[in-house]
Amino acid sequence: MAELLRQAWAVARKDLLLEFRTRTAIVSAVVFTALVLTVFNFGRDPTAVSALDLAPTILWVTFTFAAMLALNRAFQLELENQALEGLLVSPLSRTSLYWGKLLANLAFVAVVESVGLPLFVLFFNVPVGRVLLPLVAVIALATVGFVAVGTLFSALVIRTRFAELLLVVLLLPFLVPPLIGAVQVTARLLGDRPLSEAVGYLKLLAAYDIVFVSLASFLFRFTVDE
Amino acid sequence: MSLLHRGRWITLLGLALLAGVYVRALAFTPVERLQGPAQKIYYLHVPAAIWAETAMVLVGLGSIFYLFLKDRRLDRFAAASAEVGTVFAAIVLTTGPIWGKPIWGTWWTWDARLTSTLLLFFLYIGYLLLRGAVRDPALGARYAAVLGICGMCLVPFIHLSVYLFRTLHPQPIILKPSAPSLPGSMLATWLFSLGVFTLLYVGFVTQRYALSLLWEERNGA
Amino acid sequence: MLLAEGLHHAFGRVVALDGVSFSLAPGQTLAIFGPNGAGKTTLLKVLAGLINPQAGSARVDGGRRAIGWIGHQSHLYGHLTVRENLLFWGSLYGLSAARRAARAAEVLARLDMSDRAGEPVWSLSRGLLQRAAIAKALLHDPAVLLLDEPFTGLDLAAAGQLRVLLGELHDGGRMMVLATHNVDEGAELATDVAFQRRGRFVHFAPRGTRGAAEIAAAYRRAMADG
Repeated sequence: MAELLRQAWAVARKDLLLEFRTRTAIVSAVVFTALVLTVFNFGRDPTAVSALDLAPTILWVTFTFAAMLALNRAFQLELENQALEGLLVSPLSRTSLYWGKLLANLAFVAVVESVGLPLFVLFFNVPVGRVLLPLVAVIALATVGFVAVGTLFSALVIRTRFAELLLVVLLLPFLVPPLIGAVQVTARLLGDRPLSEAVGYLKLLAAYDIVFVSLASFLFRFTVDE
Repeated sequence: MSLLHRGRWITLLGLALLAGVYVRALAFTPVERLQGPAQKIYYLHVPAAIWAETAMVLVGLGSIFYLFLKDRRLDRFAAASAEVGTVFAAIVLTTGPIWGKPIWGTWWTWDARLTSTLLLFFLYIGYLLLRGAVRDPALGARYAAVLGICGMCLVPFIHLSVYLFRTLHPQPIILKPSAPSLPGSMLATWLFSLGVFTLLYVGFVTQRYALSLLWEERNGA
Repeated sequence: MLLAEGLHHAFGRVVALDGVSFSLAPGQTLAIFGPNGAGKTTLLKVLAGLINPQAGSARVDGGRRAIGWIGHQSHLYGHLTVRENLLFWGSLYGLSAARRAARAAEVLARLDMSDRAGEPVWSLSRGLLQRAAIAKALLHDPAVLLLDEPFTGLDLAAAGQLRVLLGELHDGGRMMVLATHNVDEGAELATDVAFQRRGRFVHFAPRGTRGAAEIAAAYRRAMADG
């Protein structure tokens, strides 16, 4: 177990170092987030729909789209000089590789979300001060689930044609349960409703995380080998 | 008799009996008081929905066993079940709006059950696309198995969202914890139809399975 | 020991391995000659554990930790420096932090690349990239070296250097498996020679005292027969 985590950390650290060196992907993803939030502002009629009604949807559609950019990147960067082949020849366990990629993806998405959330508050004038902590917790809870599935699928499509497009098509049905859960809980939080109303959705999000993180950790070994 | 022919006969029998279901539904089963004749589509809609979902679960089960046993028959079965499931999901998505227009007054609503079938349909499409996108058949089978297992595990989550999300849809009438609340003759027609759809599923899957077997032989794989 | 028994593998209808068996003891170098598409790379990938053969088994004492891989691709990340790359791969092979720093310096000195350690990999020329890839493969002092077309893309001087290096490594008691389509390369390094064609070893014998020219003649005869 210690060896598993040590190796996973080595992979994640390497990914983040690479990301830090180039910064192309992270800057693009942050700019993309800002652009989507801007576009949403023009895509609604401010006299008909209040910002607060639409806010949870805007937040989560933005976050999930931005996350897809991160997911595409995860195994793309292993194609340079066929580094993936090197990883597979090395004693690195497949599960460690998955966890390393998952960690790096989560760090990447977390950066995008931590820039996106203040922008969202600024653009849509949503008061989040009182619920900031639970809101961050919900964002984390929902993000872990769909990034776990996305990391698995990004390995699945790496050897196929049209990998970027296929990833989105495969992933979208899997985004819906966490998206529904996250939007509903966020709406309760922003609307100052008691959290007890959202217990069902919180359970859904937690169950999704547990099921798909374990399932993906187990299934990953079947995806990367030739 | 070859597998293909056997599958063809089962399908033909299923289609003939399906005609029987509608003779019985139209002529010998009472018209529902509130919904009128539109309710008749229920005998097509619900069994198709049940089998569209069951097919996904069978894809998942076939996939699990394929990953462990590496038996190509299991992969062929999973692929066949996915294609048949796609067709059944398409039937649900077609009959739903036809029923919805007179009853709900709209072709499409973002009702949770209809939405979850739509998601199931997308899931199937993704599965079939992935199979087509990989050149090496063994690799494609393994990838598809991974997706199939994930798909199977997604089905209950889609269902959970059905009960959590507000829904316009008629609540389940037969498959619910308390006793079925359908009048006896309607229930009989419905059970008859479910049996016919089971037969159709078996027939379609057998044919599709036999075809991929022939295709593999032809291509020497 | 390296042991391959009854290996069989096909990609769809293309048979890449068809009943290949052999064993190697420390100090032996097997050179496999064959045309493109004969299944040489597949054989090396099976030995490295990259491909699970559909039948038969391959075993290397010490597992993945004992294997060094030198292929067409360098497995190095372009945006990391040569040293950073080596340190990352060293960590995957379970070398302690102090040990991998020492080993990285050692292999770079051996390959005459110490002055390039701080340069990003993308800035290296083809020949230097190949040397960096060899440094990466030697980092964990593997007992088995798998070489897939290592001379491809090298100019005459670089190929000569590589030949000298491989000779030294061979004298160090390693096992080596060298696969190449060019019968004029590497024959003099081998203790054993195999000709592979359509997934089979059509010839497999100790080199004995045969010279490179003699092997080349035997190879052409073997490939000319039906």
